[in-house]
Amino acid sequence: MSIKLKPRARNGNIDIKLLIKHPMETGLRKSKGKLVPANHITDMTVAVNGTTVMKADIGSAVSKDPYFKFSTPGKKGDEVTVSYNDNKGKSGSASKKA
Amino acid sequence: MKRRLFLKSAMAGSAVATAIGAGLLAPRAVMANSDAFKAISSKMDAAAASAGKGSFTFKAPKIAENGAVVPMTVDASGMADVSNISILVKENGTPLCCSFNMTGANGEVSTRVKMGKTSAVTALVTAGGATSAVTQEVKVTIGGCGG
Repeated sequence: MSIKLKPRARNGNIDIKLLIKHPMETGLRKSKGKLVPANHITDMTVAVNGTTVMKADIGSAVSKDPYFKFSTPGKKGDEVTVSYNDNKGKSGSASKKA
Repeated sequence: MKRRLFLKSAMAGSAVATAIGAGLLAPRAVMANSDAFKAISSKMDAAAASAGKGSFTFKAPKIAENGAVVPMTVDASGMADVSNISILVKENGTPLCCSFNMTGANGEVSTRVKMGKTSAVTALVTAGGATSAVTQEVKVTIGGCGG
């Protein structure tokens, strides 16, 4: 599952926009008469230059292809890394310099 | 200390979820959200009930055209020492939608959530150990869970 990550250094902060391609099935939806099993991101970690700045618990109520926007103190050249795990045990990560 | 305990059990919860995904448990037993997440949801629900009014900004549309994608923004950047931002949708099966634990990041977050039907949505911010909440009603015209 790919991650689109856009960190932008601005005024002492890094504004981070990210989009994770993920179906985010709640496990409650029916398709063709059968329940589509739950398949969603459960947690996400954001680190700057190796130090974790945010750790999120994500539920099935977050929309498909989750979009997140937040900011953290930092400067141009800092490396932002985002990684996530989903309920099926899969994980993904992406890194980009601001 | 309790928060760390919940985060630890969230780790254990995803191990259980992996077992479910591997088919060790019957498909019907696959829950939409793990028990550990539901525990965090109940805790946040209780905190929201007793929280005072927050001095942060919570932006959500008054009417959501599509319940599957409702944009929300919580901006608590004016508050010091923000440790957690959570979003709860009262009428959803599991009210807690997502919970962001900040260990350095600024106190603001935007995301898109699914809402099953018209509901009060609460943004909960924990800053300097104290929890405060801002609630807004969001009308949903088309439900977001396919039901």
